[in-house]
Amino acid sequence: MIARVIAGERELFYGLIKPCERAVFLTAYSVLKSEADAEDVVQEAVLKAYKALSSFRGESKFGTWLVKITLNEARMRLRRSRSESEVSLQDFMDDGDGDYTPAVLTDWREIPSETLDRKELREVLHRALTELPEKYREVLIARDVREMNIAETAQLLGISEGMVKTRLFRARLLMQKIVAPELRAQGRKG
Amino acid sequence: MVLDCKHVWREISNYIDGDLDPSVRASMEKHLANCRHCAAILDSTRNIIYLIADERTFSLPIGFSERLRARLESELEKSEPASR
Repeated sequence: MIARVIAGERELFYGLIKPCERAVFLTAYSVLKSEADAEDVVQEAVLKAYKALSSFRGESKFGTWLVKITLNEARMRLRRSRSESEVSLQDFMDDGDGDYTPAVLTDWREIPSETLDRKELREVLHRALTELPEKYREVLIARDVREMNIAETAQLLGISEGMVKTRLFRARLLMQKIVAPELRAQGRKG
Repeated sequence: MVLDCKHVWREISNYIDGDLDPSVRASMEKHLANCRHCAAILDSTRNIIYLIADERTFSLPIGFSERLRARLESELEKSEPASR
């Protein structure tokens, strides 16, 4: 199919990227935490992929290749937009001990998934995600939103499986700390 | 093996993923059965993971596919298709 796209059957390219749209969008969003910036980066990445199709060797799936291009594009965009001081802070936060104490609750009443139809609940989750340091957000989105396994996540992000687990543990506890009190309040409302 | 609360928090993520040595898992379950704080932390963390995995939480922006296709068409009109 790739050869046919290269030969000019552009319509086939749209068919190739359609199943990857959510994955590439979420990947860009995990880096940039802005829907508008993520969408823009996806457009750039898809164009780049089209122009580089002849270099795609089929060693990985097309979707994996496209996600990797998107991740690189998003990271480059972030680097361009971020000041030096912010880079230093991000690096410090990743390697420091940090505060990974969860929100202490005495009980938890489960929030059923039907409540996701409520905009305010989705907003709480989005807001919490944007508060995570980039390296934790990338791992959380790959593992818990895109539901990739540990090995796939490690390969995509270019880190060890042990590092994926460490960052995931921190990301999950930070999410719990930020959102559990708010979700519990929403659960009581519902 | 007796685990305190801080040890349990450190292992909650691996516990959720089923990625624990059986003896550590058994110790965690013993602790969780007797500590309502850690049990609530586990339940809330698991629930949050469940909610963020739902496609409604992080869906594509409305019109995303159409805008992507329009941008591609507009850019590709300007250039020849890729060739070997």
